[in-house]
Amino acid sequence: MARLTINGKTHDIDVEPDTPLLWAIRDHIGLTGTKYGCGIGECGSCTVHIDGQAVRSCSVPVGAALGKAITTIEGLAVNGVLHKLQQAWIQHDVPQCGYCQSGMLMALAALVAKTPRPTDAEIDKAITNICRCGTFQQVRDAVHNATRA
Amino acid sequence: MNSLPPISRRAFVIGAAALGGGLSLGFALPARAQTAPVLSKDGIPEINAWVVIKPDDTVVIRMARSEMGQGTITGLAQLVVEELHCDWAKVTTEYPTPGQSVARKRIWGDFSTGGSRGIRASHEYVRMGGATARTMLIQAAANGWGVPASECVAAKSVITHKPSGRTTSYGKVALDAAKLPVPEGVKLKDPKEWTIIGKPMKRLDTADKVNGKKIYGADLKLPGMLTATIKDCPVTGGKLKSFDAAKVMGLKGVKKVVPVGETAVAVLADTFWRAKTALDALPIVWDEGENAKVSSAAIADWLKAGLDAPEAFVGNANGDAKAALAGAAKKVEAVYAYPYLNHAPMEPMNATALYTPDKCEVWVPTQNGEASFAAAVAASGLPADKVEVYKIDLGGGFGRRGGFQDYVSQAVLIAKQMPGTPVKLLWTREEDMQHGRYHPIMQCKLVGAFDAQNNLTGLHMRLSGQSILASVFPQNLDKGKDNLTFQGLWPAGDFAIGYTIPNLLIDHSMRNPHILPGFWRGVNINQNCIFLECFLDELAQAAGQDPLDFRRKLMGNHPKHRAVLDAVAERIGWGKPAAKGVHRGLAQMKAFGSYVAAAAEISVEDGGKAIRVHRIVAATDPLYAVNPAQIERQVSGSFVYGLSALFYQECTVKDGRIEQANFDSFNSMRIAQMPKVESIVMPSGGTEPWGGVGEPTICVAAPAVLNAYFAATGRRIRTFPLKNHGIAMA
Repeated sequence: MARLTINGKTHDIDVEPDTPLLWAIRDHIGLTGTKYGCGIGECGSCTVHIDGQAVRSCSVPVGAALGKAITTIEGLAVNGVLHKLQQAWIQHDVPQCGYCQSGMLMALAALVAKTPRPTDAEIDKAITNICRCGTFQQVRDAVHNATRA
Repeated sequence: MNSLPPISRRAFVIGAAALGGGLSLGFALPARAQTAPVLSKDGIPEINAWVVIKPDDTVVIRMARSEMGQGTITGLAQLVVEELHCDWAKVTTEYPTPGQSVARKRIWGDFSTGGSRGIRASHEYVRMGGATARTMLIQAAANGWGVPASECVAAKSVITHKPSGRTTSYGKVALDAAKLPVPEGVKLKDPKEWTIIGKPMKRLDTADKVNGKKIYGADLKLPGMLTATIKDCPVTGGKLKSFDAAKVMGLKGVKKVVPVGETAVAVLADTFWRAKTALDALPIVWDEGENAKVSSAAIADWLKAGLDAPEAFVGNANGDAKAALAGAAKKVEAVYAYPYLNHAPMEPMNATALYTPDKCEVWVPTQNGEASFAAAVAASGLPADKVEVYKIDLGGGFGRRGGFQDYVSQAVLIAKQMPGTPVKLLWTREEDMQHGRYHPIMQCKLVGAFDAQNNLTGLHMRLSGQSILASVFPQNLDKGKDNLTFQGLWPAGDFAIGYTIPNLLIDHSMRNPHILPGFWRGVNINQNCIFLECFLDELAQAAGQDPLDFRRKLMGNHPKHRAVLDAVAERIGWGKPAAKGVHRGLAQMKAFGSYVAAAAEISVEDGGKAIRVHRIVAATDPLYAVNPAQIERQVSGSFVYGLSALFYQECTVKDGRIEQANFDSFNSMRIAQMPKVESIVMPSGGTEPWGGVGEPTICVAAPAVLNAYFAATGRRIRTFPLKNHGIAMA
């Protein structure tokens, strides 16, 4: 058994401690906004926050997340109000297929929490998510518009 | 759904034949004889196959094409709404199922969503669907008022009787409209009257993509469902010999280990991770077969021999190229090579199946619902009227999820061994990388001839490599020739070459290794555009001419090709000095009916070992631009797909299997490497068939950058990816 705190809610689940957090979130808790893309920490589709840090949940065992505050894309909005990046994503029609965008948004939300108005160079350094549709130009524009307003 | 007529066996045979032949059938909206309206899923009467209007004026537009990020559903809805005159704010969309379509004689037409054809191949009949529905709605209102329909107009879902000023809404007359006969001879608007087509409407499907709510195939959950993951024989052509299920059956959550066809084995468990853990631990013995002896080097040697083989299929020829080469004052020769590539959509292959002896249902992200349906029918062994497929939006497709439905067949074969239990088959990324349908491998030898005055007098372009059609749709070969191999090089049509070259010969020595080829976004234009557009730069250099001037002289008969090239040249500032250290390159091509061109500005770092792509100008002439905002997104995204391939990607073969396993060995560019893309959308109209936008621009990305790299360094790179030359993407 493992006790995980996700989006402020406590879940007791029957999961082996070496299971990647990604699969505990998706298959045991049922929050499927966090995506499986590679399983080796390369693509970033599975990005969540642990204690405010963006991490690739495919590469974090459940055992390492016990007692910590985990936030997934489903918890990014607060009290039903979308995060300003989510709003910007809608305003700018950023997503194409959308599959990688949960991870993209979580990675960027962690960045702007620390760096409220990131420069291009700061975005480039922090964001290494793969998007095969190629939304990078719209991602960059939307981040700047959301943070420089 | 029980309001639909039963599926007839005959109707399915027609559908299956069309699929097998890879044809898209033309069809007309059939006149409806009966007056009983056909009901939609929630019991609301449909006006026609495309349009359902609810009492609250919500408009449901049904589309057969698949949404995989390219925005086709929004564009298709614009086409319908343009003619329907409904309120855009009240538009929603849904997919008809392939089973419904087959039962109604393919009323929604082709489901295939590839070849950039979503809009260009369906705009006429979906606009007609909208226009016909509007006519019926107005007629129903007019009948209710007892006035001539000609006195009534409709706008934003409101119908007005002009003389009296009376109004009603679509929702109020929908039921009456649904009972009317389908009118004949409805006229479509002149493009000059369009108010929604051509506008940058926001996508209809964004909201759930930013909050985790959108359900992709990989996310599907059904009551009592198990998750399976699979290993297919790593060598294509090999077989599954044996496996030792007893070794893993005791592992937590594992429910069953099953063979899948003759080549694969799957583990079913309560969660994906438990299935994967057990599959990794499962002892498996493969019979890898003869193909296990094949390596990339052997394939390359075989293709190289084809560069000078006497026999070849001719794709485009005029004059006497061989005589021109023999009599040349100067010849220029180069050999290029293009590798295998995996599509690598972010969502790995998956399908969910529920099988009972009476029914087989499949949920799948698919680019072609009818192909999924055909695969499910075949794998289930059930009659077509006992099979149904439910399409789910895709987490990327790029050509992997259309003509190839291996994951559907597998899911059904697994579910058959677990009757009554829904089974979600989800591939690992590794399985996805190693069991793709790869961009075909190709080499090309080009020889150009000049006379003593440096006029180009001939060109022989010899392709040697793999045919997609020979593997996938052999019935579509033209006396053995694969015309798709020549995409971008055709004498005329959707893939017409943009140059008039005296004494031209473009031919293909077909060599088909065992690696399965597929339609990789852009298909054969990816390599053909590099071959042609880089070699034209080589010819310009040999002739001592500017690359733009050299091309333009050959483009007098190709004004639309030249127009997009001119547009990017002007915007990039061709002919004017670039910033210090910045160099430029150009490329153009016509593909999928659209004219595209790119100009790149790059600089090189680290002594030529790194390329920084600063800026791209890309022009697209699709003849008609339905949603320019979405076209811009397809264009900027095309440079991510195209440049990732150029710099990083190849699939190599060792011991008969693909060596790359994940994104660590098959990399994809990141935001730090993204150049600024300036998109010029320049629809020229006219009566030629409309062009598509999902694919064409990919092909100009690489040659524009390669030509700029030559301008910067004097170095021609002719084999790919660039990482093999120690060149990084800065």
